[in-house]
Amino acid sequence: MRVKSVKKVLATAVASVVLVGPLAAAELENKLVVITSFPKDLTKSFKKGFESKYPGVKVEMLKKKTTAGIKYIQETKKNNKADIYWVSAPDAFEVLKDDGLLQVYRSETKGIPETIGTYPLSDPDGYYSGVAAAGYGIMWNKRYLNAKKLPTPAQWKDLAKPVYHGHVGMSAPSRSGTTHLTVETMLQSEEGWADGWKNIKRMAGNFKTVTERSFGVPDGVNTGSFGVGIVIDFFGLSSKASGFPVDFTYPRYTAVVPANAGIINNAPHINAARAFVDYLRSNDGQKILLEPKISRLPINPETYAQAPKGFPNPFEDGSIGKDIKFDVKLSKSRYNLVNSLFDVMITYRLEDLSDATKALQEASMLLAKNDNPKAKKLIAEGWALIDATPVSDELSLKDDFTAVFKTKRKKRTDKVYGRQAEVEEKWDREVKDNYQKAKTLAHLAIDLIK
Amino acid sequence: MLSKISFGEKGLFFIIALFLLVFLVGPVIQVFYVAFIDVNTNTLTLNNFADFFSTSLFRESFYNSFYVSAMSVVVASIIALPLAYYTSRFEFKGSVIIQSLGFIPLIMPPFVGAVAMQLFFGENGSVNLYLENTFGFKIPFMDGLNGVIFVQSIHYFPFILLNLSAALNNIDKSMEESAQNLGSRGFGLFRKIVFPLAMPGYIAGAVLVFIKVFDDLGTPLLLNVNNMLAPQAYLRISSIGIDDPMGYVIAVVLVVFSLAALGIAGWALKGKDYSTTQKGGGGLNKRKMGKWEAVGAYSIVIFTLLIVLSPHLALTMLSFATIWSYSIFPDAYTTAHYAEVFTETPEFITNTLIYASGAAVLDIILGVSIAYLVIRSKIKIRKTLDYVAMSALAVPGLVLAIGYLRSFSDIELPNGQILASWWLMLVIALAVRRLPYALRACTAALQQVSVSLEEASENLGASKFKTIRKITIPLMAGGILAGFVTSFATAAVELSATIMLISSESDAPLAYGIYIFMQSASGRGAGAALGIIAVIIVAGGTYASHRFMEKSRKQREVSSEDE
Repeated sequence: MRVKSVKKVLATAVASVVLVGPLAAAELENKLVVITSFPKDLTKSFKKGFESKYPGVKVEMLKKKTTAGIKYIQETKKNNKADIYWVSAPDAFEVLKDDGLLQVYRSETKGIPETIGTYPLSDPDGYYSGVAAAGYGIMWNKRYLNAKKLPTPAQWKDLAKPVYHGHVGMSAPSRSGTTHLTVETMLQSEEGWADGWKNIKRMAGNFKTVTERSFGVPDGVNTGSFGVGIVIDFFGLSSKASGFPVDFTYPRYTAVVPANAGIINNAPHINAARAFVDYLRSNDGQKILLEPKISRLPINPETYAQAPKGFPNPFEDGSIGKDIKFDVKLSKSRYNLVNSLFDVMITYRLEDLSDATKALQEASMLLAKNDNPKAKKLIAEGWALIDATPVSDELSLKDDFTAVFKTKRKKRTDKVYGRQAEVEEKWDREVKDNYQKAKTLAHLAIDLIK
Repeated sequence: MLSKISFGEKGLFFIIALFLLVFLVGPVIQVFYVAFIDVNTNTLTLNNFADFFSTSLFRESFYNSFYVSAMSVVVASIIALPLAYYTSRFEFKGSVIIQSLGFIPLIMPPFVGAVAMQLFFGENGSVNLYLENTFGFKIPFMDGLNGVIFVQSIHYFPFILLNLSAALNNIDKSMEESAQNLGSRGFGLFRKIVFPLAMPGYIAGAVLVFIKVFDDLGTPLLLNVNNMLAPQAYLRISSIGIDDPMGYVIAVVLVVFSLAALGIAGWALKGKDYSTTQKGGGGLNKRKMGKWEAVGAYSIVIFTLLIVLSPHLALTMLSFATIWSYSIFPDAYTTAHYAEVFTETPEFITNTLIYASGAAVLDIILGVSIAYLVIRSKIKIRKTLDYVAMSALAVPGLVLAIGYLRSFSDIELPNGQILASWWLMLVIALAVRRLPYALRACTAALQQVSVSLEEASENLGASKFKTIRKITIPLMAGGILAGFVTSFATAAVELSATIMLISSESDAPLAYGIYIFMQSASGRGAGAALGIIAVIIVAGGTYASHRFMEKSRKQREVSSEDE
C-alpha cells in the first residue's frame, strides 16, 4: 500500500514537472477511460490518433448522454474508475466542478487563444479546458422547403414569420446545454430580457415540436419531419457532409462557445489523462475536427489553414458571433430559471402557444388587406399577451428568487425560499390563460374584419 | 394437502423477498426518497405530493396518461383478438406466421425504431407523402395523443396476443365438447365458454398493456408529447444540474397507480375459478376452415400483420437506404451499413444474447416461484411479492440504474471493477425490469391449473417438489414460454438502464451500439442495420424456444395417451 502511494506521488510529481513538454510514452499508464457524449465518427478518430501517438495506452471511450455521464460520475465518485469527461455543454462541467468532481489541470498548449469571441475558452479556475468550438445556427431541409415553397431563413427573426408556422423544430434548454446557450444568447442580444423572450416566443409559436434530445432536431430535419431546425453547427455541417439534402447558416446573434474536456477527481490514469487533454488541443488533435463527418470548429486559429473550402472560421469571419457580448456570470446566475421558464411557457404549452400564434397570424394577414382600427387594437392586445413573461428583468436577477431553482442542497444549511413546483404552477396558470385569451382576441378580430 | 406452510415455501418466499429487496426496493428507495423531502428544511414531508395534485399541468398529464392507456388496451385488443381466435379455433396454416411474427412488434430498437416510424407514418412520411401526392390529403397517424395510442397499440398488442393464445391453448376440449353437447355453437360458444375460460390470459395481457403504456416514456417522447406523466417524470429527472423533486414525485405516483390498476385486475378475477381438471385432450378442438372462411381469415391476418409490422419494414428499408429524406422511397440502396456493422461490432451480438437470455431465464424462475407462492401457498403476506415485482414496470430504467450505482458502487470486484457496472448486474437489472412480463404470464398459466391435479399427485405419493416439477410446471409450459419470449425480446432492446450501467464498450449490448450510431447523422443507416440484427436475433431466439416447447409437448402427448 505505502509503496504504491509513494509511487503515485512520485509519478504525479514527475509528471507535473515535465508537463510543459510532451510526455514520453513510458510514463503513461496503459489505459485511459473517457466518458463522452460524442458520436462514434469523432471518438474513433481521436482514439486512433492518440493510441498511435502513445502506443502503450489503450483508450476506452465510454459513451453516455451528457446527463447520464454527470449522474454516472456523481454516483461512482467513491470508487471512480474514469479519467476524463468530454462533452459539448459547458454547464455540465459547471455542475461537476461545483460538486468537486473535477481536478485542476492547465494544459499549456501553444497557439490557443484565451477566449473565443467574449467567451473564455477554458475554465478560468482550470477545472476544464476548451478543445473545440461550436456556434448555434439554422439548419433546413432543401427538399422540404422546395416542396412547401418556403424561403430560406437567415436570421432568428425570420423564423417568427407566418410562412414558417409549424415548420420549425428546436430542443429545450433544460435538455441540452448548448440549446440553453442559444436561448441565453437571444436573451443577451441588444434587446435584452423582455424583448429577448418576446422574440423567442414569437419564434416558438411557429414550432412544430420541441425535441427531447438535441440530436432530435437534426434528425427531424434530415428525415423531413420538419423543415427548419435550430441546431449547433456541427449537426448541420456533418449532416450535409453525410449527404442529406440540408444546409446550415449562422444568424447574426449567435455565440460561439467551447466544447470541453475535464479530468475527473481521483482519475486512476492521471498521466494519460493529462496527455489526452494536451493531445485534443495539439495541432494533430485539432486537425481531426476538420474531417467532414465531424465538422467541428478548431480552437487553434492556425488549424483553419488546412480546412476545406467554405468551412466557417470564427477567428477570421468576424460575422460569426461578433454582435454578442456573452456574460458568463449572468448566464450562470439564472441558469435554471431560464430553463424552467422556457419549459413552462413553451415546451409544456406548445399546443396552446401554437394555436394562439396561428390565430393571430391569420388575423394580422386579414388586417393587412382590410384595415380595421378596432381589430388592430385587439390583435395588438393578443400579441402582448403572447409576449408577456411572468418574470421581470429585475426579478430574474434577484438571487433569492433564482435560488428557488437551485434545489440541489449542497449543504444542509442551504436555504431556499418557496418550492419550484409552486412557482411553476403560478406561471403555468398565467401563461395558459394568456394564450387562450390571445386566441379569443384573434378570433374576435377576425370576425370584426370579415 | 396445502393447509400447512411448508419449510420449502417459507425458504422460497424468503429468498425471493430478499432478491427483490436488494435489487429492486432498496435501490429505488435510494432514489425516490427525494420525493418525500422538503427542499427547504430537509425534513420528511408530503408537501411535494400536495404540489403534484394542485398543479394543473400534472393533473392534465395524469388524465392524458389514463386516457391513452385505456384506449391503447381497446385498440390492442381489437388487433389481438382476431389473431388469437383464428390460431386457437381453426386448423389454420396462418397460425405459424402469427406465432412467429406476432411478438416482433415488441422488439422496437431504441431511436432507429422511432426514425423508421417517422419516415413511414410521420406527417411527411412515405404514407402521407403518397396520400398527399395522389389524393391531396394526409392522415395524422403520429399526431398528439391519438398518435401515441396508435404507436403504443401496435407496439404492445403482443402482450395480449401471447397471453391470450397461451390461455386458449390451455383450455381442454372437453369443456368445449360439453358446451356443444348442450347445444352451444359457433361464435356464441367462443363468447360464452371459451373466452371466459381464457379470461386470466386476456386480463394478464390487458393489464400489462395498460400499465406499460401508462408508464412508458419512449413513445410519447418520440412523438414529442410532453403532457403525460411518464415523460414529465423523465424530463424532470434527467435535466442538467437540478434535481427537481417533482420528477421523483411523479415516479412514485406512477408506481402507486400501476399497482392500483393491478389490484383492480386481480379483483376482477377474484372469486372465479378458471382452472380445469381435464388435461388429457390437449387444447381446444380445431376445426377446418371453409374456403371463404379461409379467405376471410387470411385477409384479416395479413392486413393486421402488415400494419403491425410496418415499422419493421420501414426499419429494413432504412438499413439498406443511402439517403432517405422527405421522399416516399430512399434515394438508393446499399449494403454498406451491414458491412460497417459487422466489421466493427461483433461483441455486441454475443453480449445481447447472453444478457437477454440470462435475464429471461432469471425472470421465469422468479415468475414461476412468485406465481406459485401467491396462488398456492398460504403465507399471509404472499401477495406483496406480486405487487413489489410488478412495481418494476413503473420504475423508469434511469431511476433503477441510478439506484444500482448508488447502492453497489462501493463494492469492488477482485479485478478492480466496481460491482454496480459488472455485466452480471446488468443482467439482474434487465431481469428486474422485465420480471413483470414473465410474472403475469406465469400467474395466468397457473390460474388455469386445477389444484386437484397436484393433490392427486401428492396423494399418490409424489413429493411436493416432484409434483411441481412433473405436474405443475409442464401444465404451465405455454404461459412460461410466453413469459420467456416477452422478457427475452424486450430485454434485448432495453437501453435506459443499460446506458447508465455500462462501464466498458466490450460489455455493451446491441442497444448501446445503436445509441452510439444514432448520435450522428452518418450513423443512421448503420444504426438501423444493427436494429434489424437485433430483431433477427430475438426472432431466432423465440423461434428456437417455440420449437423446444413443441417438441417437449409432443413427447408428453405421446407418452400420456391417445391423440
